[in-house]
Amino acid sequence: MNSIILSSLWGVLMMYTGVVTRSKNAPGLMAALGAVLLMGAAWLDLNGVALISFNLQGMLEFPPYVSGFILLMSLCLLLYVLLSNDEIDRLTGHSADYLALIFFVMTGVIIVASFKSLLMMFLGVEIMSIPLYILAASDKRNLKSNEAGLKYFLMGSFSTGIMLMGIALLYGSFGTFYTATINIGSLALSPMTLSGIVFLMVAMAFKVSAAPFHFWTPDVYDGTPSVFTSFMATIVKAAAFFGFLRLFEGAFGKLHEQWQLLTAIITAATLLIGNLTAVFQQSVKRMLAYSSIAQAGFMMFALFAMNTVARQGLVLYGVSYTLATIGVFAVLAKMKDQTFEGFNGLAKHKPFLALMLTVFLLSLAGIPLTAGFFAKYYMLLAALKTGQMLWLVILAILTAAVGIYYYFRVVQAMYFKEGEAPELETTSGFRFTLLVTAILIILLGVHPDWVIALITY
Amino acid sequence: MFSAIDNFPALMIWLPLLGAVVSFLLKKEQQVKQWAFVSSMLTLGLTVTSLFYTGQSNYLLTQVSYIWLPSLGSSFTLSLDGISWMLCLLTALSFPLIFISTSDASRSRSNAFYGLMLMAQAGLMGVFLATDALTFYFFWELALIPVYFLASMWGGERRIQAAFKFFIYTFVGSLLLLIGILYVYLKTPEQSFSLSAFYQAPLSAQEQGWLFWMFFLAFAIKMPIFPFHTWQPDAYEQSDTAVTMVLSAVMVKMGVFAMMRWLLPLFPAVLKQYDNIIIGLSVIGIVYASCLAMVQDDLKRLVAYSSIAHIGLMSAAIFTRSMEAWQGATIQMFSHGINILGMWIVVALIERRLGIRKISELGGLASKAPTLAILFLVVAFANVALPLTNAFVGEFLMFAGLFKFSVWYAAVAGLGIILSAVYTLNMIKRVMFGSTNAATVNFGEAGRPVLIALTVIIVIIFVTGVYPEPLFNLFESTADALLRRILIR
Repeated sequence: MNSIILSSLWGVLMMYTGVVTRSKNAPGLMAALGAVLLMGAAWLDLNGVALISFNLQGMLEFPPYVSGFILLMSLCLLLYVLLSNDEIDRLTGHSADYLALIFFVMTGVIIVASFKSLLMMFLGVEIMSIPLYILAASDKRNLKSNEAGLKYFLMGSFSTGIMLMGIALLYGSFGTFYTATINIGSLALSPMTLSGIVFLMVAMAFKVSAAPFHFWTPDVYDGTPSVFTSFMATIVKAAAFFGFLRLFEGAFGKLHEQWQLLTAIITAATLLIGNLTAVFQQSVKRMLAYSSIAQAGFMMFALFAMNTVARQGLVLYGVSYTLATIGVFAVLAKMKDQTFEGFNGLAKHKPFLALMLTVFLLSLAGIPLTAGFFAKYYMLLAALKTGQMLWLVILAILTAAVGIYYYFRVVQAMYFKEGEAPELETTSGFRFTLLVTAILIILLGVHPDWVIALITY
Repeated sequence: MFSAIDNFPALMIWLPLLGAVVSFLLKKEQQVKQWAFVSSMLTLGLTVTSLFYTGQSNYLLTQVSYIWLPSLGSSFTLSLDGISWMLCLLTALSFPLIFISTSDASRSRSNAFYGLMLMAQAGLMGVFLATDALTFYFFWELALIPVYFLASMWGGERRIQAAFKFFIYTFVGSLLLLIGILYVYLKTPEQSFSLSAFYQAPLSAQEQGWLFWMFFLAFAIKMPIFPFHTWQPDAYEQSDTAVTMVLSAVMVKMGVFAMMRWLLPLFPAVLKQYDNIIIGLSVIGIVYASCLAMVQDDLKRLVAYSSIAHIGLMSAAIFTRSMEAWQGATIQMFSHGINILGMWIVVALIERRLGIRKISELGGLASKAPTLAILFLVVAFANVALPLTNAFVGEFLMFAGLFKFSVWYAAVAGLGIILSAVYTLNMIKRVMFGSTNAATVNFGEAGRPVLIALTVIIVIIFVTGVYPEPLFNLFESTADALLRRILIR
């Protein structure tokens, strides 16, 4: 609860920062401070300390699993802000406003992570989405950015409509918004309940860009300025997945067997479409958009398996994927030429950046010693533990091998091909943050237990 | 408490890793070369010393275990038993030989080159030492990454594609291995990754059936066994020869070794069912690779195909599951590593000096470099497995085992021996003897480092060829224990 209040207040504070001071660095510093405080607030939640306590009517809850997740996402937010502030400022000229929007999104993220009632979930998803529509269209003079914003808005509202319809149907059959009560009541599956579940699944699959509801992703991710794509594709996506799992576990956990096949089909389709399409991309940014679909396929395993390993694995996956993707996008946002050729010879001219990018890409590819390996490990283990549908696991690793192909194309371009020095100016603070991100990835790749310990605090 | 005996296995990994880090930091090429050599010699010294600190005849010589991920049931466990000690010795021995024999080659970014080489050494040591499935998988992958970079950054025109093909092939294999490991892990009684728990996992025959193929594919691609070998000639040809040496002398042994320690003891119930398929493939591979080796005009490709043939014999021998064959395969892992290193050293020298690898363009080198020619001839004899050389011991035992299993397999595989004599001696004749031509007329005697490396190799060839007893003593009980585990269940 502390973190919800703090992040919404901090969003307002950020807006005033832009008015009070003209300094270029002030908004970035304020935002970083906010992220640190947010971590502190989540830490207090984790220890059961409430700064302001009032009756939530059981609509939100903050067990360690949730608070730990919020803490980790706040950490990612801190790294994101430190890496992106300069770029936001360069792009928009007044970063305070946009950082304020990001804090509002964070409020949504926290609500989506902690809801216990469908009503709160709906509010959370909306609070999370609406600022994102603005962020998508933030490059006002760029047609592609406008297109991205509009497309995201139209598709997003449509899926929200479907979600509302699902909630209404469920309310009709159970007479309650509380997920726990729905779960107790849902022993038999009436047509109305069934359609409610399917509607909710469609709406959530849209938010996490799982196939076949992924069509908006490449265009929106590509059109949105890279700094904001980085945010949309990482923290927001991880939170949406977290909410997805909590909704389906909390409200329909008892009916898991009935909708498990549906998740298996979505998983398989997402893995195939994401990985196979990413291979054919010429622009690294578009490749990353498809790769984020592919990664969503792996995260779908959490819903497919829905056991303890899957729950823990989803958080680990969310964190490792977020760290690596934020890192890749931070470098990408500074590049002029965003095709694969643009990376040619980067290792020769910018050895440090190339090394950092390599760590991030290896993590996304799931190579041992990086966090990405254990993320995939948990997902595969969770799926194997169900003892069902082994073909899905085999499919997942075959598509992961395809993933190697496109991630390593960037590595190949950087290290093995000759190219001209790209214009890339980085501050020492930027490089330091990048290093910290890479070290975190490697630490989690050696010792994933730390994340697990946090969420089972 | 730090005690040398317990920590030997761990030190054998940390030392090369430390060497790698230092190499990356050094700037001057000469310094890096010297440091890499010193570091690899230290590792060799450590590996040899470790033998004197441990008993000789125990099944498990020494074991070290650190708590790593208790919640996952994994610990960082390294064990030094007979077979793994021998392979660690091979690894430790190969790197100084590689460094010294290629010391006059000059490379761009040499600090990265030597750093990655030493990293690869650490990874390889880890694969041979790990007795925890997750640790094993980690090292299995970690050995691959530096080699991928080595093979892509230095070498021939098509190196990027060749290395990538190699990487994707082995990575697919590794992922299948990972699924296999996770499945067995879930079946172990106390959810543990330790090798002993894996040995005890109750698996039905049907589960063993498909798990067997998951593990097998990973190892077969690495070795490589026909028909999974297509990455190998390209990778060997296109890589820098120093990298090719690592690949062929040590890295392929990962696959052979993993079959002995992981594949066969884990799934003994299905071996009867599948042994004919695998021995059949291996024997086909021997003849097929030997035939291809005969028609190669490129020296590197010739040695590459000859290596496939030798590995094929090892995998066939392992699957016969007889003591002779296992002993033969184990000692042959060591011998093949040493012999092929000798072959590559000469090939690398010729390539460096003349810039050509085409057999048809070479000739008459013996008249220009008589010492080199004699040393090369001895190495070539060892490659053909002539009596008195080290390879004879291993191949003889492997054929004895194969013969007991089936006369037909032994007869067809025997063709491979004959063919290997044909292509090796033919190659010697055309490269070393005959008349010199415009390209080879300026060839001179090999430099001191190369001659020293070749002399060391030849001493090992003869010593282990005439008196292999100490090596047998070392790994006999390990091989015996593993084999007994396979035959009992």
